[in-house]
Amino acid sequence: MDRVLMKGNEALAEGALIAGCVAFFGYPITPSSEIAEYMARKFPVLGGTFVQAESELAAINMVYGGAATGARVMTASSGPGISLKSEGISFIAEAELPCLIVNISRGGPGLGGIQPAQSDYWQATRGGGHGDFHTVVLAPSSVQEMMDFAIAGYDLADKYRTPVMIMAEGTLGQMMEPVSLRSKVTEFIEKPWAIGGCKGRLPNIVNTLHLSPEFLEYRNKVLTEKYELIKNREQKAETFMAEDADLVVVAFGLMSRIVKKAIMDVRNQGYKVGLIRPITLWPFPADEVSRAAEYARLFLSIEISMGQMIDDVRLAVKGRAPVEFYGRIGLIPSPEEIARQIVAVAQKEGL
Amino acid sequence: MRVVAQRPQSLTSARTHYCPGCTHGIIHRLVAECIDELGLREKAIGICPVGCAVLAYDYFNFDMLEAAHGRAPAIATGIKRILPDACVLTYQGDGDLASIGMAEIVHASARSEKITVIFVNNAVYGMTGGQMAPTTLLGQVTTTSPYGRKKEETGFPIRMAELLATNEGSAYISRVAVNTPANVIKAKKSIKKALQTQMNGLGFSMVEVLSTCPTNWGMAPLEALEWLEQNMIPYYPLGEFKVKEA
Repeated sequence: MDRVLMKGNEALAEGALIAGCVAFFGYPITPSSEIAEYMARKFPVLGGTFVQAESELAAINMVYGGAATGARVMTASSGPGISLKSEGISFIAEAELPCLIVNISRGGPGLGGIQPAQSDYWQATRGGGHGDFHTVVLAPSSVQEMMDFAIAGYDLADKYRTPVMIMAEGTLGQMMEPVSLRSKVTEFIEKPWAIGGCKGRLPNIVNTLHLSPEFLEYRNKVLTEKYELIKNREQKAETFMAEDADLVVVAFGLMSRIVKKAIMDVRNQGYKVGLIRPITLWPFPADEVSRAAEYARLFLSIEISMGQMIDDVRLAVKGRAPVEFYGRIGLIPSPEEIARQIVAVAQKEGL
Repeated sequence: MRVVAQRPQSLTSARTHYCPGCTHGIIHRLVAECIDELGLREKAIGICPVGCAVLAYDYFNFDMLEAAHGRAPAIATGIKRILPDACVLTYQGDGDLASIGMAEIVHASARSEKITVIFVNNAVYGMTGGQMAPTTLLGQVTTTSPYGRKKEETGFPIRMAELLATNEGSAYISRVAVNTPANVIKAKKSIKKALQTQMNGLGFSMVEVLSTCPTNWGMAPLEALEWLEQNMIPYYPLGEFKVKEA
């Protein structure tokens, strides 16, 4: 298998190409722009569509149109751009169109900054736009996973006819690591719902307007059932030394790698600490956290935000153990800083 | 027996929801007739707006997609770039196209997207109940300009056909009206030309259609047709503003 040194954003873009993505529609925004630039270089050579849209709104609506044809299409942005795309994401979710949406996240609110953050967690996991919907949200923690999750993301999108979001901190988009290139994906799911001309069949209609209250409620129930199915089947988490842990840290993305290093350190100091790393942010791996709540005496949610995922940790723990929080924003804490915080929380709670 | 009139294949048999005297029905029929006559029904993909034509997916008998408010040209771009042989058309009103969707329409034209836009200008927001549109005429009374549109407060109505004709990417831009039989015939010719422009790959095409809204104008249908003639056409002159030859 070929191993190459790649930047996170480029690995993600290459992953999308490997998965058969034929069109990219986007608007420049730091720290995600390398994805657009990579596609702008590749598509004219490979054959495919790159459009630099006039706005984030236009970009997501080009994705809406492109996805409606059944093709694998994508867009990428960062927090402020994802806010603008929220209208389109709501339409795409209700129209049940598969597509890939990438948030190379930075700190907010407002214009915020361009430093890495995980503070779009609520936006990503609660749908983000109007109405009752979710997108599946994957959180890579390495450049390899930037590539692999793009491929897995398209499979989930097609399987459940849903928009899939990849949310990665800006750092992960910008940093370089060796990557094993994956082989080209060729098999796609049949898409009889797609629009593309009604030759030999009745016209297909892609629509999200339901004026009859009964039908509107029916449509919401259909989506809810699908989301329940996804919750039951697709929760994904990685665990690290969690089996015998008194204290379970929950952290995702790049943060989870720093926590692992800190755990090695505090284990040497005699604290039984482990990690649960959500890979799917939605559906949140509540089952894994709930299992840990059977034996762990304390949970600690560590985030690059002011505390968002902690809500989901608490919902999964259901009051069986205290859930503490530590967070920074705009900068990524060192393993030493995290180790100190873990020890401080452990001591405070008498572990 | 000779057939002298029948429903175009590109229209379904559904009864439309449009108000009595509204000219949307005429415009739907003209679009459908042109699609049929050019043999494009099985290649056609239509995009409905938010506005009175929001339910047009029930009336056109080909593949359809319902857009968010103003975004139809962006959606059309996504479709056409992936399916370059398809006939992609948007059907939009004045609030949709000239207000909330201004960026999308201007840039679709600037990029020379090979799509056809049917722009129905009736100088008012119809579906939401008669509010002022960017195309509402000075002095015109609407629910949000109850004392008549004043230029000091709201500026001037936008002439979309003229504006888009300045874009190099626009290949065919015209303005027509459907207030008289003669104008209806001219409107059909223009719509056909716009669709041909798209299928010949020449670039962006748009037909602005001056249309009536008797309900929100507070007029009887015939009175509305006359009001269009006397008030709209002087401000929105009819004709072709851009014709790029093959």
